[in-house]
Amino acid sequence: MFGLSKTDTRFLLIVICLTLATPILLQPFPEGSGLAQFNAGYPDLMQRFAIFGIFAIGFNILFGLTGYLSFGHAAFLGVGSYSVVWMYKLLDYNVLWGLPLAIVVSGVFALLIGIVSLRRTGIYFSILTLAFAQMMFVISYSDLLGRFVGTSITNGETGLQVYTSDPQVLLGATEPNVPHLFGIVMRENFWQPNIGGWEFTFNNGYYFCAVIAILAFYLSLRIFRSPFGMMLRAIKTNQTRLNYTGLNTRPYTMAAFVISGMYAGLAGGLLAAMDPLAGAERMQWTASGEVVLMTILGGAGTLMGPVLGAGFIKYFENIFSKINDNVLHGWFAWMPDGLEDFIVTILHPFVGKGWHLTLGILFMLVVIFLPGGLVEGGSRIMHFIKRDRKAKGRDPEHHPEHIAYVAEKEEF
Amino acid sequence: MSKTNITRRGLLKTSAVAGAGLALPTIFTSGASAYTNEPGAGSVTLGFNVPQTGPYADEGADELRAYELAVEHLNGGGDGGMIPTFSSKTLDGTGILGRKVEFVTGDTQTKSDAARASAKSMIEKDGAIMITGGSSSGVAIAVQGLCQEAGVIFMAGLTHSNDTTGKDRKANGFRHFFNGYMSGAALAPVLANRYGTDRKAYHLTADYTWGWTQQESIANSTEAMGWETVNNVLTPLASTDFSSYIAPVLNSGADVLVLNHYGGNMVNSLTNAVQFGLRDKEVNGKNFEIVVPLYSRLMARGAGENVKGILGSTNWHWSLQDEGSKAFVKSFGTKYGFPPSQAAHTVYCQTLLYADACNRAGTFNPCGVGEALAGYEFSGLGNGDVLYRADDHQCFKDVLVVQGKENPTSEFDVLEVVEVTPRAQVEYPPNHPMFGGDEASLGTCNAG
Amino acid sequence: MDAILLQVLNGLDKGSAYALIALGLTLIFGTLGVVNFAHGALFMIGAFCAVTLSRILSFSFEVLDETQKDFLGNPLKVKTPYVESWFGPEVGASIIDWAVPLAILFSIPIMVAFGFIMERGLIKHFYKRPHADQILVTFGLAIVLQEVIKYFYGANPIPTPAPDAFKGSFDFGLLIGFAENAIIYPYWRMIYFVFSLLVIGGVFAFLQFTTFGMVVRAGMADRETVGLLGINIDRRFTIMFGVAAAVAGLAGVMYTPINSPNYHMGMDFLVLSFVVVVVGGMGSLPGAVLAGFMLGILESFASMNQIKSIIPGIDQIIIYLIAIIILLTRPRGLMGRKGVMEE
Repeated sequence: MFGLSKTDTRFLLIVICLTLATPILLQPFPEGSGLAQFNAGYPDLMQRFAIFGIFAIGFNILFGLTGYLSFGHAAFLGVGSYSVVWMYKLLDYNVLWGLPLAIVVSGVFALLIGIVSLRRTGIYFSILTLAFAQMMFVISYSDLLGRFVGTSITNGETGLQVYTSDPQVLLGATEPNVPHLFGIVMRENFWQPNIGGWEFTFNNGYYFCAVIAILAFYLSLRIFRSPFGMMLRAIKTNQTRLNYTGLNTRPYTMAAFVISGMYAGLAGGLLAAMDPLAGAERMQWTASGEVVLMTILGGAGTLMGPVLGAGFIKYFENIFSKINDNVLHGWFAWMPDGLEDFIVTILHPFVGKGWHLTLGILFMLVVIFLPGGLVEGGSRIMHFIKRDRKAKGRDPEHHPEHIAYVAEKEEF
Repeated sequence: MSKTNITRRGLLKTSAVAGAGLALPTIFTSGASAYTNEPGAGSVTLGFNVPQTGPYADEGADELRAYELAVEHLNGGGDGGMIPTFSSKTLDGTGILGRKVEFVTGDTQTKSDAARASAKSMIEKDGAIMITGGSSSGVAIAVQGLCQEAGVIFMAGLTHSNDTTGKDRKANGFRHFFNGYMSGAALAPVLANRYGTDRKAYHLTADYTWGWTQQESIANSTEAMGWETVNNVLTPLASTDFSSYIAPVLNSGADVLVLNHYGGNMVNSLTNAVQFGLRDKEVNGKNFEIVVPLYSRLMARGAGENVKGILGSTNWHWSLQDEGSKAFVKSFGTKYGFPPSQAAHTVYCQTLLYADACNRAGTFNPCGVGEALAGYEFSGLGNGDVLYRADDHQCFKDVLVVQGKENPTSEFDVLEVVEVTPRAQVEYPPNHPMFGGDEASLGTCNAG
Repeated sequence: MDAILLQVLNGLDKGSAYALIALGLTLIFGTLGVVNFAHGALFMIGAFCAVTLSRILSFSFEVLDETQKDFLGNPLKVKTPYVESWFGPEVGASIIDWAVPLAILFSIPIMVAFGFIMERGLIKHFYKRPHADQILVTFGLAIVLQEVIKYFYGANPIPTPAPDAFKGSFDFGLLIGFAENAIIYPYWRMIYFVFSLLVIGGVFAFLQFTTFGMVVRAGMADRETVGLLGINIDRRFTIMFGVAAAVAGLAGVMYTPINSPNYHMGMDFLVLSFVVVVVGGMGSLPGAVLAGFMLGILESFASMNQIKSIIPGIDQIIIYLIAIIILLTRPRGLMGRKGVMEE
């Protein structure tokens, strides 16, 4: 089905189901219970999961397949956001105009940067992309471009936003003045049931992102399985050898770079489609680094890994940073006073303002013990269960199966 | 969170939205409540959105302490802090409108994006009815915009840019803190008095919106006093070493250096300027002087001895001797062991003001609360008689001109108040060109 | 002319810090082949060695002074550092005053030990792993280190002044015949520059003129062959990691009077130092030093008013612009070797 093999189709269907059921899956604890703090099923975070999932999937097409480590991918994210907000300012709040433009503009940027950066390989390539992205970041942060043009282009550190004085030529009289798709307002929830204490939020914006994310995922699946994807993997394995066979690898790497740049632009556009403000910080090197971390953390070169990594980091950023001492005391109130205070004191440095610390420790633990990222953890558990269930003792002489390194893996 | 069950009506309504679109869409709410996050009968949730990571983390931590103190006082705990000295007497220790005050916290990371994400999660997940806090203008403007769209009240924390209540003013946003214009208006007479009216100023300005508006304000008001602005050099935000910007100052003919920097930038540029020995020099037959228009005591500590004798302005200082300030310092100091910063003071005031406005309005509806705050006059919160101006939601109050103390008695004793500039001197018309001119408008209040 | 000379001085000073950090980073790249994202954190740890020593030296006992009041109206606690009561106020005060230079001695053993522990405990296991994993684990370590420092020292900058004797500036211009006030330069920045030259010279001399250094250089060129000769190259590389950590730490110690240290100063330098290393050429020590000074000077030039008036904002992007130009004209940076970190 869909031009995919049977296993891939099954895989895709599972991903679709998981994505569509996210509002339920991320809300495992009933409202009002102490653990409700860990619920992540509110629109903003779900949208972020989908959007950064797209970003990481795109990054993975470049890094996971070709091994080219771009340290400036956030620049395309920013370009995408600015394109969408500019369309809000010039035309109207319909996201339909901005999103295709975001993809096109970021594609053009990726092409230009790629022409220069792809002349080098390895860390030289990384630094070139970093340099371009940092330049774009400072230019937008101080609105240097606007200084030449005379009007604000990026609106500096506040972020580009829509003013009532903007032209908005297509704005109809009854049209919503928040991002929407033909009247379907992104912020709005179409269904907010409360079932036995569990509260679920079904949000227009999330499902919009989710559908696009599924399409993006499908496309990346096709790329992974295509001859083109095979070629990209060959580049990663040994580019020199490919060159010796008389093959020009540049068009392939360029295509991969532009495609992943367009993914980033789409993600950036979606960010602005959910929340009509484009901040310059999303182009900073830390943002570029974040997507690198997402991909490696989840498992570079795997299909599902980057998405998991993205979810992991965004979850910590949004959930752990909100746990304060009050919440901690709430959780452990059932303990005797002394013990409660002790536990809260122990946990205090790791939550709230300490969420960075927890994240840093987890980075280290994952990379030390799960060389293939979170996906490897998952497959190890699967292995363990399978081995437990069947074929115990069969073929005792059998040597452990060669576990493919991340990049060689086909599945998950 | 508004709680709706699956109803046929709700479904119909959604399809109506999908079909035609509404002129005023309900954003985070559904039909059941009159406005975003209408609180239940038992408690009300406030969202404290402060920087907990990044360079302003300590300032954020101090804001958080003040918020916790304010919540304690609102719920009837502690010694009540400034509640007894506050001119309005609606706060009686029973929370707000009889509901117990609860709060959630979040991390702005001093990034517009992260701050909005954090504020959104408070509104969407925790049902916060009001968002407050922050330690930079970019973040304040971004979050203010979000609150306007979402239909909750935003009570700004530390934000000094003219834009917050200037060209980016919003009906749902309120600022207690002073701004760049006020700094200029308060500082200029003192500067002229101290250093004479025949001075040439060299500005170093952080290259982002706050820096620009402050530089414009200071240059304007000092020029009105007869000073000349020799040069204005924009410095990159990311710079840590200002030597290459400071080295040419002495040779430029200027005899005053104005540092339009804040936070870490200010600490570094001031340290560098003193290192280069600028203050020991004589130019044009006058002693070379340095001015830091916006002081933060918390940050100024990082510059150590370099702040001694340097003039600047601040919103509030713990050494003030009015009843309100004394009560606040006592309450805060007893609980935490050190005096509060101006950031702590402004957010404490904002929380009390919000609570009081709800009580007076008799509702949590942002439009009602906004009406109660707009044009409201009060006193007893440490800044004398204060007006929350209706035209732009900016507080007008006395501004403190301070200077680095020569002989500090403790590590908190960094600044001393030189002059309290009366409110009348720092007022400006709402359509002042630096504040967006005639185009700037609050828009209409949004209740979600 | 004087303006240009002034910016050359500034650039040399900025470049000193870049060069020192890049030197350490290259030592680690060149010997161990590890991308160390925690190197900025080492710089920061060094700076906090100075802060810690000055805290230790000014460790005080408190006496209640009834005549003065604190902010709550209680009697003021007057703090007297122990060193002042032991050695008398004057000697004590000058010991505290000299905390930063003393911290050089204090920091070397700490940083070397830190380097050993880091290499043996963590980095060792990542030699065979892809660079991406190295980046992730060292970045994680950098975050952890910086958060630990933040937990104990707070987020605000901490003033750590130079000794009184080195405060202020002198008129360099008068010395070489320019007008008064044309070229003013702070003493401590001079010291920083000279200090960095000494450290750089020391590292090069160590590698060039000692047998140990010769073996290390041989190992950098061809690790396997040196290993086959029966030399325990790993142990030597571990020592080099310690040296690299100490170089970063010293750069941090001496930097504290220039700018008050804070917990994220390492991250501020991290990206820049990578640019410097790559512009210099991967694996080349002279390249790293050269690129450090060159970028420092160019950055200073770009912040001149005359240049900024032609191209506004050039000072913000100059480093990256130069990096792009150099990498396009010289594929492996200024002095890079072929095949290092190119795949």
